[in-house]
Amino acid sequence: MTKVSMKVNGKAVSRDVPDNTLLVEFLREQLRLTGTHVGCDTSQCGACTVHVNGRAIKSCTQLAVSLEGAEVTTIEGIANDGELHPMQVAFNDHHGLQCGFCTPGMIMAGIDMVNRYQAQGKDLTEEAIRFELEGNLCRCTGYHNIVKAIDDAAGKMTGMARAAE
Amino acid sequence: MSTGIGARVKRKEDKRFITGQGRYTDDVRVDNQAYAAFVRSPHAHAKVTSIDKSEAEAAEGVIAVLDGRQLTGDGIGNLICGWAVSSKDGSPMNMGPWSALATDRVRYVGDAVAVVIAETKQQARDAAELVAVEYEELPVVASSTAALEDGAVQVHDNAPGNIVFDWEIGDEAATDAALAGAAHVTEMRVVNNRLSPNPMEPRSAVAIYDSAEDHYTLYTTSQNPHVARLVLSAFYNVAPEHKLRVIAPDVGGGFGAKIYIYPEEITCLWASMKTGRSVKWTADRSEAFVTDAHGRDHVTHARMGFDANGKIVGFKVDTHANLGAYMSLFSSATPTYLYATLLSGQYDIQNIYGNVKGIYTNTVPVDAYRGAGRPEATFLVERTMETAAREMGMDPAELRRRNFIGSFPHQTPVIMTYDAGDFAGNLDMGQAAADVAGFPARKAEAASRGKLRGLGYSCYIEACGIAPSAAVGSLGAGVGLWESAEVRVNPVGTIEILTGSHSHGQGHETTFAQIVGERFGLPIENVSIVHGDTDKVQFGMGTYGSRSGAVGMSAIVKAMDKVEAKVKKIAAHVLEASEDDIVIEGGAVKVAGTDKQMLWHEVGLAAYTAHNLPAGMEPGLKETAFYDPVNFTFPAGCYIAEVEVDPETGVTKIIQFTAADDFGTVINPMIVEGQVHGGAAQGIGQAMLEGVVYDEDGQLLTGSYMDYCMPRADDVPFYRIEHNKTICPGNPLGMKGCGEAGAIGTPPAIINAITDAIGNNDLQMPATPLKVWTALQAAQKPMAAE
Repeated sequence: MTKVSMKVNGKAVSRDVPDNTLLVEFLREQLRLTGTHVGCDTSQCGACTVHVNGRAIKSCTQLAVSLEGAEVTTIEGIANDGELHPMQVAFNDHHGLQCGFCTPGMIMAGIDMVNRYQAQGKDLTEEAIRFELEGNLCRCTGYHNIVKAIDDAAGKMTGMARAAE
Repeated sequence: MSTGIGARVKRKEDKRFITGQGRYTDDVRVDNQAYAAFVRSPHAHAKVTSIDKSEAEAAEGVIAVLDGRQLTGDGIGNLICGWAVSSKDGSPMNMGPWSALATDRVRYVGDAVAVVIAETKQQARDAAELVAVEYEELPVVASSTAALEDGAVQVHDNAPGNIVFDWEIGDEAATDAALAGAAHVTEMRVVNNRLSPNPMEPRSAVAIYDSAEDHYTLYTTSQNPHVARLVLSAFYNVAPEHKLRVIAPDVGGGFGAKIYIYPEEITCLWASMKTGRSVKWTADRSEAFVTDAHGRDHVTHARMGFDANGKIVGFKVDTHANLGAYMSLFSSATPTYLYATLLSGQYDIQNIYGNVKGIYTNTVPVDAYRGAGRPEATFLVERTMETAAREMGMDPAELRRRNFIGSFPHQTPVIMTYDAGDFAGNLDMGQAAADVAGFPARKAEAASRGKLRGLGYSCYIEACGIAPSAAVGSLGAGVGLWESAEVRVNPVGTIEILTGSHSHGQGHETTFAQIVGERFGLPIENVSIVHGDTDKVQFGMGTYGSRSGAVGMSAIVKAMDKVEAKVKKIAAHVLEASEDDIVIEGGAVKVAGTDKQMLWHEVGLAAYTAHNLPAGMEPGLKETAFYDPVNFTFPAGCYIAEVEVDPETGVTKIIQFTAADDFGTVINPMIVEGQVHGGAAQGIGQAMLEGVVYDEDGQLLTGSYMDYCMPRADDVPFYRIEHNKTICPGNPLGMKGCGEAGAIGTPPAIINAITDAIGNNDLQMPATPLKVWTALQAAQKPMAAE
C-alpha cells in the first residue's frame, strides 16, 4: 500500500492504495467517480480518457501512485457551476451519443484535441477530428454525429477563448 | 417547437451520460460486496480430469472456490435454447448439454470450469490463476468445414456428425426444375464472416442474495430483463420469479450480445446464495471476446436462375451455419427463420429452396448479432443480384427493377407476407441522392488520378417485430413476442410510462415521451419512461430485432387508448356533456364547439379524488395493454456505396454512402438517422475490417482490439440518409423499425462497389487492403494459365 495525494476535479484527495492500482480504479473504486469507464484492456477504446495536468490520457494505463501531486479532471469535473461545458452541450445538440458508455471518454478527448489545436494555431478540420479520434471507439453512432459535435464545440470553444483574450 | 411525431427532439436522457452520471451495472456497488473471477479453459476441447482448489482457497481474501459439480449438485439447470427447430426428416434438433460451469468436458477456449469469490477483484483474479485444472486434450473442430469432415471429433455425443439440425424451407423439386430451365444461372459461394458484437460496455452482473426473504436481486447488462428472469427461474432453477428481481440499469449497447442469459449471471446468483455475499463480475474485453455470443459465420453455396429477360425463376441455397460449441438462447432461429425467410429479398421469386445445416464447433456459441440472419440473407441475395447483372451484361439497378415486387400484400414462397413497400421508389430516391447519373464522370476523374472508382447497390428487406406470438409459437419459439405497456397518469397530471422495451442507446426516454406528449398535448418533460426493472414493469419481452417502435410503442398506444376513453368519460361526466363531444388538445379536455373544458391535470385529480366520477367507475387513471402484432414489419431500402481503391496498395476509401430507407412512420428523425449511422458503421466493419479468426486448434487469434479491427472514426464517412415513408398497415403508428437496417443493408453495397472498382467479383469479407490488392492483381493478370 502506498499513500497517494492528488487534486481531482479541483478537490484535494488522499488515499492508501495497493501499488498496482490503476488511475481508473482509483477514480471509480476509491473516489466513486464512475463516469470514467473501462471498455477494453489494451488501451484501445478510450472510454477511460481523463485529463492529467491538462492533457488527455487513458486512465487504464496509468498507475495511481505515479500521479502524486497531479491535477486530474474527469467527466464529472468539466461543467462549471452547473453550466455544461460547450463540448457536453454539443454532444446533446448533435446526438453524439447513444448508449453513453464511450461518451465521457469522447468528450474528454474532444476537449483535449480542441485545446491542443488552438494552442498550436492549427485548424481542426473534419479529417483532423477523425484522425484525432484514433484512440476512442464508439460502437453506436458510426462517429457521424461525434465528429459534428466536436466540430461545433471547437467553434464555440474558440469563440470563448477569443472572448477571454 | 413541436415535440410530436416527426420532430427532431434532443434526447432527454443525454444529461446523465454527458455529465458522467449514467448508472451502468459496474457502477453499482452494494454493502458486503465480493467479486467473482472465472477459471476458464485454455483448450478448445478437452476432458476435465481433476480440479485442485486447495491453493486458491488458501489465498488471501478468498471466500470460496466453486466448481461445476457443486453447481449442478445444487440443482442449477443447464442453459437452454429457446427456439426448437426440427430437421427436414422431422427429428428434433440435437441440443447438447451446457452447464454454466463445465463438469467433465470443455468445448471452447473460455468455457468456464470454476469461479473464485474473493474480497477484491484483484484477489479473485489472482486466486483464479491458482486453481489447478488438469485437462486431457481432445481433437478440435474449429470451423463448420472441419466439423463436417468424415471422422471429425464429436463436439456433443448426441449430435452425430456435429449436425444440430438439417433444416429446409421451400420447394426443392420446383426450384430444381426452374433452375434447369433457366436461361442463365449465377452461382455463388459466399462466406459471411464471423463477428464479435462488441458493445462498448462489457457484460457485468451484481447478484445480491437476501437470506431473510430468500430473495435474489440481479443487476445485469441485459436487453431483456424480464426474459432473463423468466429463464433464470423456469429453466435454471435459481429462484422462482417472485423471489428474483432483475434490473438492467443503463446498458452500454447490446447489438444482440446482451439478449442471452450467460453462465456468468447464473453463477453469480448461485454464488451469492452459497457465500452469503453479494457477488459482482465484470468482463474485461478479452473475456468478452471469448464469452459474448459471436454472430454470422455462414458458408453458403447458392444458385439463382433467370429467364432470357432477366426475370428470376428460381433460387436455391445451401448454408452451413456455425453455431459454436453450445446452442445459445436463440441460436437455432437466427440461421433458419430469421435468415431463409428473407431469401426472396425485394424480388418476386416463385421458386425458392433453402437448406441450412446448424453445426457444432469448438468455438464460442454463435447467436443473433445486429440483424441476425437478415444480414446474411441480404448479403447473399444482393451479391448474387449484382453478380448476375455483371454476368448478363445488364445494369444492376435495371436487373433489380425488373424483379421488384410491385404490389402488396405479397406472399413469398418462404413464409413471409410482405405487407407494404415501395422498392422502386427507394431505388429512385437512392439513385438521385447518390447522383448515380454523375458516376461515370467521377469514375473518369478518379482514373485520371490513378484511382479505381466503383459503385455498388444493396436493396435490402428485413423482417422486424417478429410476431404474432401464435405464429412464432408454431415455428418453435419458446416465448411470445408481444410487448406490454402501462400508462400511469398521476393526480397532478404527469405521466409515467412503464414499458417492457429496454433502451440501451435507442433513446426511448425521448421517443416514447414524444408519442405520449403528442397524444395528450403535454410537454414531454411531464412524461417519464420507466423500464429495465422487473419490480416496476410487470412483464416485457425486451429490445432486439428492431421491435421497440413497432411493438413496444404500439403497446403504449393501446394503453393510451384506454386512458383516453376513461378521461373522456370523466370529463363528460364533470362537464355534463356527451362523451362523443369530448376532445383532448393542448393539455386540455374540452367539449368541442364550446368553451367548457377541464385542464389535463384537473382530470387526473378528479380520477384520484373520486369525488365526482360516473356511477360505477373505479377511481384512478392507470391502464395497461399487452400488444401482440398481426404480422412482422418489413423495413426496406436502397443503399448505394461509392468507393475508391488505390491499385498500388489495395486501400479502399468510401467516398460516398447513401441510404434511402423506408421505415414507415418516423417518430424522431435525428434518432432514426443515428441508428442508421451506427448500423452502417457496423456494416462497414463487417465488409472491410472485422473478422473473428480461430486457428485450427480452436485458439482465438482475434481476442483484443489489437487484433480485432473495430471501425474507427477515420474508417467511415459521413452518411447521407433519405427517408421513404410507406406506412406499415399492421400497427397503429405505421412503424417498421430502424435499428438493424444499417448493419443489414451495408455490407453488400460495399463489396459490390469494391468488386465493381477492381473488376474481380471474387472477394470475401472483410475486404482488407491485402485481399483487395490480391483480387485486383488476379483480375489484371492476363490469363497466363490458359
